[in-house]
Amino acid sequence: MTESGFTEAAAIILAAIFTGNILLHYFLGMCSFLACSREISTAAGLGLAVTFVTVATAPINWLIYNCLLAPFNLTHLWLLAFITVIAGFVQVLEMVVERVSPTLYSALGIFLPLITVNCAILGASLFAIIRGYNVWQCLLYSLGAGLGWMLAIVLMAGLRRRMQYADMPAAFAGVASAMVIAAIMALAFMGLGGVIEMKLALSK
Amino acid sequence: MTEQIHCGQCNPPGVFAARAGRTMLAGAWNENPIAIQILGICSALAVTRSAQAALVMGAAVTFTAIFTNLLVSLLRRFMPQSVRLIVQMLIIATFVSVLDELLKAFHPEMSKELGAYVPLIITNCIPMGRAEGFALRNGPALSMLDGAANGLGYTGVLLMVGSIRELAGNGTIAGFRILGDWYVKSDFTLSPSGAFIVLGLLIVCYNAIRLRAARAKEAAHD
Repeated sequence: MTESGFTEAAAIILAAIFTGNILLHYFLGMCSFLACSREISTAAGLGLAVTFVTVATAPINWLIYNCLLAPFNLTHLWLLAFITVIAGFVQVLEMVVERVSPTLYSALGIFLPLITVNCAILGASLFAIIRGYNVWQCLLYSLGAGLGWMLAIVLMAGLRRRMQYADMPAAFAGVASAMVIAAIMALAFMGLGGVIEMKLALSK
Repeated sequence: MTEQIHCGQCNPPGVFAARAGRTMLAGAWNENPIAIQILGICSALAVTRSAQAALVMGAAVTFTAIFTNLLVSLLRRFMPQSVRLIVQMLIIATFVSVLDELLKAFHPEMSKELGAYVPLIITNCIPMGRAEGFALRNGPALSMLDGAANGLGYTGVLLMVGSIRELAGNGTIAGFRILGDWYVKSDFTLSPSGAFIVLGLLIVCYNAIRLRAARAKEAAHD
């Protein structure tokens, strides 16, 4: 890989994890982010599952869009195709994991149905097409998006654990306080934008 | 009287009206999809940079929720339990595809502004959540009403978040200047972080109103 190619790859991954975090910047996957962020281990398990499914489905969807739908002028069917791929993949994955590794299945099993309706996964596939990535960029982007989502939900779970015994006004309990925490996290992630720009400038 | 037969349970009209009223109130206020059920938060944050975008998005979700509920309710006796989720998802995806193409054709600028968030209505949990939670157990008429109520409750929250963010960020609401030239524009509420804060504080207000109402009711009972 040439040096500029390496820089570009690093830029896509870093941007997907930090500045353009799919959760804190594009707000995708909020439902499970709020519902499953009470325990760090649960959050990490869900994060891993989301990363895996994103990395697996985004390139498949990319291939379907560019090799199957675009040549036949069928791009208006992209949503139906993408959601079928994701739902089908999750169903197959569930069966394979159950057969191959029952321990992993009992740990991951409860998350699998949740993943089908996780908008971060569909979002990563859509963004890769809308931004006109090629297949390698799409692969790197989906990896970054999945890892970024996992990072955000694990951090959130850690923060919420510390807040469990905090004495808050009743109106702030639950989702409301989680939103305010997310706001502060989003602010911190925005701040990382400068760091990545600087790194890129230095490497040139 | 004849249209009552369509509601599945053959209720007398009075009962139907009472249930319709309760369904409406539950969807729009008591069980507001965003504040209580935590459904559809993604788009409530993402497309609320202006009041117009919020309104179009709310209308789109309401449309999808109404027709998904109708179709799921009509099909509820024929759908095998095991493929239920996929069938529902395909129903939603079909309506969203139609909506996306319509928006592209008649309102290209708005379609560009909303970007990937119109396709993402598929995974917006409101149509799915209501199909699963309501339409599978109720007749078509009530189900459509439930979809409309939830859509309206959702649109209301979106419109509020959108107006506050636009007003604080630009000094305008839906493009009309509200605050004069003295107002210093700030990007904060237009940034992702501002979206979280505005929605978070709105939910706090909602909670506070409901807590106060509950306390007043308790006091009245004593």
